[in-house]
Amino acid sequence: MSQPFRIQSGGHIDRSKPISVSFNGKTLNGYRGDTVASMLLASGSHLAGRSFKYHRPRGILSHGSDEPNALLSVDWRPEKGKGRRDPNNRASVVEARNGLKTETQNHWPSLERDVGALNDILSPVFVAGFYYKTFMWPRSAWEKVYEPVIRRAAGLGEAPEVADPDRYANRHAYADILVVGAGPAGLSAALAASEDGSSRVLLADEGFLFGGALLNDATSTIDGKPAKAWVDEMVATLDARENVVLLPRTTVFGYYNHNHVAMVERVADHRDDALEGLARERLWQVRAGKVIIAAGSHERPLVFENNDRPGIMLAESARAFINRYAVKPGNRMVVATSGASAYRTALDAKAAGIAVTIVDIRLGEDCGTELAEAREAGIEVLTGHTVVKALGKARVTGLIVAPLGKTGGVGTRRTLECDTVAMSGGWTPSVHLFSQSRGKLVFDADIDAFLPGQSVQNEVSAGACHGIYDLSAIIADGAKAGGGSREVTASATFTGFQPVRVLPTDEDPKKVKAFVDFQNDVTAKDIKLAVREGFESIEHVKRYTTTGMATDQGKTSNMNALGLVAGLLDRPLPAIGTTTFRPPYTPVTFGALVGPSREERFEPVRKTAIDGWAEAQGAEFEPVGQWRRAHYFPRSGEDMHAAVNRECKAVRTSVGIFDASTLGKIEVVGPDAAEFMNRMYTNAWTKLKVGGCRYGLMLGENGFVMDDGVVARLAEDRFHVTTTTGGAARVFQHMEDYLQTEWPDLDVFITSITEQYAVIALQGPNAKKVLEPFVSDIDMSEDAFPHMSVREGFICGVPTRLFRVSFTGEAGFEVNVPADYAAAVWKALYEEGRKYDITPYGTETMHVLRCEMGFIIVGQETDGTATPDDVGLSGLVSKVKPDFVGKRSLSRPDILRKDRKQLVGVLAKDPKEVLDEGAMVVDDPTAPVPMPIAGHVTSSYHSSNCGRSIAMAMVKGGRDRIGETVWVTTPKGFTEAVIATSVFYQHEKESIDA
Amino acid sequence: MLLLECPYCGKRAESEFHCGGEAHIARPETPAELDDQAWAEYLYYRTNPKGLHAERWQHRHGCGRWFNALRDTVSDKVVETYKMGEPRPDASNANIPDPAKVRSA
Amino acid sequence: MLEVNLAKRAPAVFLAEQAGRGPIDIVLQPTMGRLSFRAKEAALEGRSEVSGLAVDGAINTRRENGDLAAMRLGPDEWMFLCDDGEVDNLAERIAEEMSGKAFSLVDVSHRDVTFEVSGAASDAVIASGSPLDLSLEAFPVGMATRTIFAKSDIVLARLSQTTWQVTCWRSFATYVQGYLADAAKDFAVA
Repeated sequence: MSQPFRIQSGGHIDRSKPISVSFNGKTLNGYRGDTVASMLLASGSHLAGRSFKYHRPRGILSHGSDEPNALLSVDWRPEKGKGRRDPNNRASVVEARNGLKTETQNHWPSLERDVGALNDILSPVFVAGFYYKTFMWPRSAWEKVYEPVIRRAAGLGEAPEVADPDRYANRHAYADILVVGAGPAGLSAALAASEDGSSRVLLADEGFLFGGALLNDATSTIDGKPAKAWVDEMVATLDARENVVLLPRTTVFGYYNHNHVAMVERVADHRDDALEGLARERLWQVRAGKVIIAAGSHERPLVFENNDRPGIMLAESARAFINRYAVKPGNRMVVATSGASAYRTALDAKAAGIAVTIVDIRLGEDCGTELAEAREAGIEVLTGHTVVKALGKARVTGLIVAPLGKTGGVGTRRTLECDTVAMSGGWTPSVHLFSQSRGKLVFDADIDAFLPGQSVQNEVSAGACHGIYDLSAIIADGAKAGGGSREVTASATFTGFQPVRVLPTDEDPKKVKAFVDFQNDVTAKDIKLAVREGFESIEHVKRYTTTGMATDQGKTSNMNALGLVAGLLDRPLPAIGTTTFRPPYTPVTFGALVGPSREERFEPVRKTAIDGWAEAQGAEFEPVGQWRRAHYFPRSGEDMHAAVNRECKAVRTSVGIFDASTLGKIEVVGPDAAEFMNRMYTNAWTKLKVGGCRYGLMLGENGFVMDDGVVARLAEDRFHVTTTTGGAARVFQHMEDYLQTEWPDLDVFITSITEQYAVIALQGPNAKKVLEPFVSDIDMSEDAFPHMSVREGFICGVPTRLFRVSFTGEAGFEVNVPADYAAAVWKALYEEGRKYDITPYGTETMHVLRCEMGFIIVGQETDGTATPDDVGLSGLVSKVKPDFVGKRSLSRPDILRKDRKQLVGVLAKDPKEVLDEGAMVVDDPTAPVPMPIAGHVTSSYHSSNCGRSIAMAMVKGGRDRIGETVWVTTPKGFTEAVIATSVFYQHEKESIDA
Repeated sequence: MLLLECPYCGKRAESEFHCGGEAHIARPETPAELDDQAWAEYLYYRTNPKGLHAERWQHRHGCGRWFNALRDTVSDKVVETYKMGEPRPDASNANIPDPAKVRSA
Repeated sequence: MLEVNLAKRAPAVFLAEQAGRGPIDIVLQPTMGRLSFRAKEAALEGRSEVSGLAVDGAINTRRENGDLAAMRLGPDEWMFLCDDGEVDNLAERIAEEMSGKAFSLVDVSHRDVTFEVSGAASDAVIASGSPLDLSLEAFPVGMATRTIFAKSDIVLARLSQTTWQVTCWRSFATYVQGYLADAAKDFAVA
């Protein structure tokens, strides 16, 4: 497409670098420095999208990130395949380069012909709160009919259908001063702040050029230099300073506690070269000593009928397209305004050869010098006029205006033909970040705006976001914020406006669609309806009408909505309050927030030293917390059930080998170690001999079981404590807390040795035979090394802490070896074990074997509300010790109740039926709902050793109910079962000590 | 994210810390002598002030030390951090209403 | 007795990909002896070193003495580093010297794994996952501290302006190395 509306000279585009982008399959031409919006306008078109609710054709309203209409789905690298299509990009800030593929959204079958536009005709249905009113009944229709239909019809862009193939980076940074925004205030602030040469200054701007509003300014001078030349000089000075980092294309989107500020840097999308490996975006998390907010301001649209027609844009934006992008928005422009700044647009448009008429709400006597200047330039100015409505549909064709009578009426209409309208309803300082910092806003009636009031964090606002609009004053304000001072002589700025909420009209207001919130399609009529229906708080009006709730956060609409509500309620505007601004300031990609933390970096996958062997053996794995553990070792053709049956039998008949390395291990050392253990565990430790082991039970102070594990005494002052895999960190911190905060007088230190030692469990009648040939310096005889003891010596020539313990009920050992040696020791034991058909087993078999013996797993049988007695372990609770953590709670009345749930076995009547873990246990399956619940199943397996299914359950008063029939829920109903003791497997002879 | 001053390591980001709830609740010397109500209060009863709150924090991913912090629950401003065993500092100059004092006054 | 050749310690981690591209080097360090030493002020009785390892440095500093290094990680906590084969001898000497005092000495040589990260942009690579201020003023050469790196605990030490040691538990090493290598990609292409 040619560029009929391109101005032949001027602007900050590089005419030596012509580019083209794809727009709905057509080609747009332009230059480096363009945005997709400026290229579209250069082609002569304004049509850039369909609206959210009514599917009205929409054009480009703004030149910045506050654009509500022109949302594009952008494929940043179509040549690299799928997954780089990114919805809801604002055309006004998409930096154009060759190869971009862009599409408008929210229409079918095409932008020009959209079936959804029927909604515009049916609009009486879509009034404020229509979701709440229309789709109430029947209830069942919501999920199946209403919601899917609404979702399809409404919604903005479409999410991509494949995973994002790009990299995203993350960076933490510190700055003494972070400056947000590189307009005149921000540049001036950064210069002052970095003057000392040592303060670290970060200057971030969301745009790809620094200069802010000065980029739109072709006439102003600063100290005699054109504005852009001044900007270039400032940027060059800053860039030369070692202590300054300049970050263009970087949006500061979140202001959090203690000056923690989040920003996203667009690293790659604008680059012609798609460098392999370069991150697409980088999330910056900055901790700033001080934040200088120089975020500028947003222009307000005027609210009149059909103010959303393509071709109608904000006045400053029209100026930006003319001066910065060298694009004429049209040939015939009406500038509709309630203030002075739009006159600059009119003058610049006229200078660019556009026919211009100004319609000003204000009376001539309320205007400043701008009026005379415009008339002097030969521009017709209609003061004291209102805009009644815009004509045209896919493009504005004219504006109906009328004089305002002295008594408030509307006079005779007049139609101004035009193809472009530049409107201005005044200015709203961008207080988003200040508000996010929890600062309090104050209302300044003189400029009809909320301004930063009392600060909560160390920040300061400067320039337009501080309510200062005159260029010299802005630069001085910036320098002051940066801790310096700077006086410049700059061209005078046209400032001042008359607040106006909805333009007076002689139309029936009930039939007028005058848009307040463009992105969510909220009209003045909707807000009036909400107030009429009794909504008074702005927070309620906002939610009921959805005004200000779109992805633009109401940057252009909030003040008009607030003012309208205040007017309807006849209250001063500050009494209505303002809504809360929340991060992000503009939408942020999920990719940037996730950063590198995806796929293998989503979460550490902790592997043991033996994991590689297990993987080579074809083990199936399961996650246990962050650990990956071998679940079972299927042989060819085996499913999990068959593998586990085989593994379980092998352990009880010969020998199994199991990787128990993930067990938590803590070395407790110091003269007071035994006393400390006495206080932390329910058992007594003083009499445990060196070389002895004991099963320890740990409670929380609330008396509930927290953890368990075997504890070995290695020396008078040294214990090797084991914990559950999942409880390792929790137990360590629990101990550390008591040591530091309750008993700092105890001389004890704890050190995590979980990863120092890998643990190889050999279990089964032949375990000792496999182990013995490798062990040195340990007497392996029964008398010298009985069950529940520990010895230090060597295995395969490397040091070991050898435990004689069992979690299976079989004779067994747990070989602790320094982790780097573990794989070699494991392989040696495995090779030797082949003589006995040694069987590697996984966590599933471990679970079944311990359940056969009635051993609990903390976190499976217990749920944080089980006491030792509840799980049948009251024998482990010392009655002699005066105190230990949790003891006092064990005598609280609720803990002593007779009807507490107790651990029992539950045997399904059908021995083939494996109950569901978590299933409810009831006494009477015919009882009315809500049915009384007797308990729940905690563990359930098929046991090949028992020849039937087995289960453990927590049942109210269960230990007194052995032999009783109960019913257990199944997906289909209930199944009959009998309460039993929780020990299911009986050895023919005592094998554990054999 | 808060920036907390560990009394041993200096200022560190909140992600290195773990909050342990209200401070200055000592475990009774002889729990057996407490009646059920007193024990329940030790276990479960906590204040929830709007204003200054003394909290336990641990520099878990740093030096591992527990310490106390006076934090304004309204602004999240941390007025002071201090080592375990030290008394709650007088924060009357912090320009933040101290609810403990407001209540007793 | 059956013997297995364990003269050499096995590699502690399985590197997900070759370490460090471009100007950033991420190099797994050889195994070394590591002893976690704990003692309160009273037990140290004002001594400046224990068996040649400094215990009088400020918290979060690293001090070297020949082949030995001591990192003070807390008020009563040090990590002593020595050559791989020296750890038992060193432990014995310390135990002897501290005999009768309340202290704790635990061998964690196999628990920890160290990477050296070096290159002009090494601080930026560390900053991809570390919330610390890594400027020379805030993190001078000779500083060592336990901290967090993305989702892993690490001990971070600065050996020079552009050389860092990152130490983590062995099961986190693949994760930490992968995260560092990913961050380094930015500097291989810039």
